Amino acid sequence: MTRPSFTEALATRPWLLADGATGTNYFQMGLVSGDAPEMWNLEHPDRVRSLHRRFIEAGADIILTNSFGGNRHRLKLHDAQDRVREINLAAMRNARAEADAAGRPVYVGGSIGPTGEIMEPVGALSHGDAVKAFSEQAMALKEGGADVLWIETMSSEEELRAAVEGASKAGLPIVTTMSFDTNGRTMMGITPKAFGAITAALPVQPAAIGANCGVGASELIATVLGITEARPDAAVVAKGNCGIPQYVDGHIHYTGTPELMADYARIALDAGAKIIGGCCGTSPEHLAAMRKSLETYGGGARASIALIEEKLGPVSELAKGVDAAAAGAARRERRRGN
Amino acid sequence: MSDDGELDLNSLNDEELVQQVHDDLYDGLKEEVETAVHILLGRGWAPYKVLTEALVEGMRIVGVDFRDGILFVPEVLLAANSMKAGMNILRPLLIATGAPRQGKMVIGTVKGDIHDIGKNLVGMMMEGAGFEVIDLGINNPVEKYLEAMEQHKPDILGMSALLTTTMPYMKVVIDTMKEKGMRDDYVVLVGGAPLNEEFAKAIGADAYCRDAAVAVETAKSFMARKHNQLASN
Repeated sequence: MTRPSFTEALATRPWLLADGATGTNYFQMGLVSGDAPEMWNLEHPDRVRSLHRRFIEAGADIILTNSFGGNRHRLKLHDAQDRVREINLAAMRNARAEADAAGRPVYVGGSIGPTGEIMEPVGALSHGDAVKAFSEQAMALKEGGADVLWIETMSSEEELRAAVEGASKAGLPIVTTMSFDTNGRTMMGITPKAFGAITAALPVQPAAIGANCGVGASELIATVLGITEARPDAAVVAKGNCGIPQYVDGHIHYTGTPELMADYARIALDAGAKIIGGCCGTSPEHLAAMRKSLETYGGGARASIALIEEKLGPVSELAKGVDAAAAGAARRERRRGN
Repeated sequence: MSDDGELDLNSLNDEELVQQVHDDLYDGLKEEVETAVHILLGRGWAPYKVLTEALVEGMRIVGVDFRDGILFVPEVLLAANSMKAGMNILRPLLIATGAPRQGKMVIGTVKGDIHDIGKNLVGMMMEGAGFEVIDLGINNPVEKYLEAMEQHKPDILGMSALLTTTMPYMKVVIDTMKEKGMRDDYVVLVGGAPLNEEFAKAIGADAYCRDAAVAVETAKSFMARKHNQLASN
């Protein structure tokens, strides 16, 4: 089957639908908390393929491999640090098989998550070691047939730079998203605006940038507004959580309904997102509602915070684009003279 | 002492110097904090007074600005590292002088999760607030928590998770504590980016702490309640 490349599709289609959650859906399929989802690529390829298939049937144009924790730093925890290639190849095999059987173009993004380490100078992981780990994973994902490398849930600028540099060794298009989960910033303090500036100046330009995970669907779109404002030129990804996690009857349940996620998809489009998908809690049923919602929508005026709050839920004050550090409540004055 | 040529900490009076420690903690200036701790001790301050008025108060200010979104993890880590350097000087002296302790906490990231940034911050801020902290590190199965509680007899158990795939493990630990009839012997505090108050309640924890500053406040209020209970018995 000949099909346009990922970058061609991105340039020509009005939007692309990315898939939903991986880890939280595996719980429904028997994953035990504390175990590595990545090991399922080898132990339960049938289950991994089944979730990919259900997302494709729900209308996903892009699916992400089950390799979020597939770098050597994360795999070390499961004593699998020397199996990076094997695990990522298996993840690609599972995703590729389902994407290629779809009967329409479905792109496979090789998921690359953070190392979990803190980078120098605050932490111990050097730039060089991080680049090496990311490129090791990226090369395996490429070998397995990835259409695009998908760096997600980043929180530090240093690690984002290392991940993009490492992934660029594979020569594939790169998508990179951060998780803005702390007062409208990433855990390490990056604002959507700063993220825009950082990505604009990267030596290797990502095909798309954006936000994933974070705090609920409403706050994610507030973040996307910040990114699209800072980078009107960029293709932007919105991959938000399906509401807020709750613990019901022994399992995690997310508050977002298919109706809410249908609204979320349209508002994400009006916030300027080009690639729209779900993160934690987003099931194939949610994704099907998002597909239908987007297909029957022609787009509207630019989304506002008021609309987001009305349709999707509250946005915390600091995530509304107010920069507390730059505003009146600045860092305390230093008495020291240097 | 101070080699930046701008400020000689020795030239400050006690009050100014304590203010300066607060600022230097805020700016993560480890060597300056160490120097000031030595100066205060040299001026005859009790180790406990240095701890509470200089370090704990300084970290409280850092905690407030962290909570309010003015400081972020990198700055707080630097501040906490500076606090730790000051604590390293004070710790043996505090033990030798039998200074009062707020309480004891065992803390660790749950099984399957390697994220320890938040957990480390809580540990350091708790230490900064005068608690004794036993840090179990990352990837802790329930057995590790039980063993540590047996060995150290803490007042508080703290659990951390950054992933939605690992946060349910907290319930495994709490359920096991219940089975063993030991749940009520401890205050269980939980935290981590994907958690919330309702989740903490549903799994049977005593409280959810959204950040390290809140963790310290929560721990203190539970300790105060415990003391009141003991006093009224």
